[in-house]
Amino acid sequence: MRSRWQRFKESYMLYSFLRDHMAVTCFVILAILVITAFTAPIIAPHDPYDTKTIDIMNAQLPPVWSDGGTADFLLGTDAQGRDMLSTMLYGMRVSIIIGVGAVCLQAFLGIVVGLLSGYIKRLDNILMRIADVQLSFSTYMVAIFIGAIVQTAFGVAGYDKVAVPLIIVIIGLAEWPQYARTVRASVLAERKKEYVEAARVIGLSKSRIMWRHILPNTLSPVLVISTVQVANAIMSEAALSFLGLGMPVTKPSLGSLITAGFEYIFSGSWWITIFPGFLLVTLILVINLLGDWVRDFLNPKLYKG
Amino acid sequence: MFAFTVKRILQAVVVMLIISFIGFAIKHNFGDPVRDLVGQRVTATERAEIRDRLGLNDPFPVQYARFLRDALHGDLGQSYFFKKPATEVIIKKAPATLELVFCAAFIIVVLSIPLGIYSAIRPKSLFSRFVMGGSIVGVSMPVFLTAILLIYIFSVELHWLPSYGRGETVLLFGWWDSGLFTVDGLLHLVMPSIALSSIMLPLFIRLIRSEMMEVLETEYVKFAWAKGIKPWRVWLVHAFKNTLLPVITVGGVQLGIMVAFTILTETVFQWQGMGSMFIESVERSDTSLMVAYLVFVGIVFVLVNTFVDIIYGLVNPTVRVAGRQ
Repeated sequence: MRSRWQRFKESYMLYSFLRDHMAVTCFVILAILVITAFTAPIIAPHDPYDTKTIDIMNAQLPPVWSDGGTADFLLGTDAQGRDMLSTMLYGMRVSIIIGVGAVCLQAFLGIVVGLLSGYIKRLDNILMRIADVQLSFSTYMVAIFIGAIVQTAFGVAGYDKVAVPLIIVIIGLAEWPQYARTVRASVLAERKKEYVEAARVIGLSKSRIMWRHILPNTLSPVLVISTVQVANAIMSEAALSFLGLGMPVTKPSLGSLITAGFEYIFSGSWWITIFPGFLLVTLILVINLLGDWVRDFLNPKLYKG
Repeated sequence: MFAFTVKRILQAVVVMLIISFIGFAIKHNFGDPVRDLVGQRVTATERAEIRDRLGLNDPFPVQYARFLRDALHGDLGQSYFFKKPATEVIIKKAPATLELVFCAAFIIVVLSIPLGIYSAIRPKSLFSRFVMGGSIVGVSMPVFLTAILLIYIFSVELHWLPSYGRGETVLLFGWWDSGLFTVDGLLHLVMPSIALSSIMLPLFIRLIRSEMMEVLETEYVKFAWAKGIKPWRVWLVHAFKNTLLPVITVGGVQLGIMVAFTILTETVFQWQGMGSMFIESVERSDTSLMVAYLVFVGIVFVLVNTFVDIIYGLVNPTVRVAGRQ
């Protein structure tokens, strides 16, 4: 019996992955970004959350290679005198946590709804109508509306403490229909197959067939859209933050860093906006490209829409 | 076809009812019209009297019914901040947004069709690879970041284009505030419409390309080649005509979605349209205007989607048959 690792080493997936230079490059960049984001407290030169170390006199210093930059702040400082590099690393961590968290939530909601409506006829119509209606509005719109409602409902006080879980819930609620439709489409295809009939003949319960037999076979399309959805969720978070409905400036994500720097772009302090923007685009781009590769590799029949 | 149309319209009505219900629930729970109507000095008894007169003490269903009846007459309540009917505020801001969407849609149509066709018929050429590469970067770029970059390059560094506002506008038909007919207004339109189109352009190029490539593989295109028809005729008349159908369907819905992106674009460029009005109303907790915008956008979405669906049902009979189950 070969070990899992050995089987993985000889698998076709790894082989085709290593043959594709684009995918390998993207994976390496993504890995570097994720690792630096999560080791930020160790590797970042400054702590942007620690107000004691921040000196307002250091505000708006340009990056090290332009005039007036110091080696202490490699990529310059923002309007409050925080080191850009450190703030960006911490911000990327917030963005990634929100992106992954929101995708977990929407995947959970979507898989439950998709399974139920694919396997139980009576629920199908109503659940899919809800998904259709929500999809016909753009997910941004739904997220912006929920965000706006939450903001007016609870006000700004104490907002930064609950901001991360709140935004995860907002984006999760806004984007689940994508999953529900994908899962439902593949459930409908799977349930006609013989192994499901066999399971039914043995007398297994409906829920067991759904969770243990059908669900594992619908996972490859779920995996494919998950990668792209992480990128989408990070983008939605950035958009929400940009509108002032997302992460507060005291605990910034990449989106709120871009917003915070936007006012200063007119006075020529371009680095406060452009660096986080560049990082955000790089992050989303590599995730999207990896998503493309996963899609080409697994090549499931995706719901077109 | 008749049954299909009726079904879609009924569905649209139900959706509108749900949206209005959500909107009303927000308004009912989070807004206090009395506080916004009167000043600090008014006593509690007077407040109670005003509440009674405005019917705010009536049970929820009664108030909801009243809200619906008013909404059907085009009255979505008073904006607390502007002290004017919310519908009036929205209609005053609508032309700015519509012009922006129109210009962005124009850019999308003009650019995506030739680029999409070219990259479908010459998928290996350097230019198509460049277009496809550019489109995936475009998909990964948040719309507000594109807008900020444009502002930085063309306004801050080069001083070519104005960075905010609508510029000089002219009044058409007495109410349509248009920036399309002055040079200044057009200059102000350039960057916002490019920014707004940047999010949909890559999607459309990819959509046209993939549909076109699919069509180019079909038998009748091969037959057209075999007949010796000129290449451009095969591409444009035989192949492209048949890619148009799915493109129009998806396109119609996407144009509705662009309304959502106007919120972001307008905020960056301080464009005095409905989107920035909505964000301002959130900041001022002007629930009444917020709800009015929600209902208004809901109507636009539902109308566009129903319309596209019905047209699609007309053109493609399989949809109606499948819909009947």
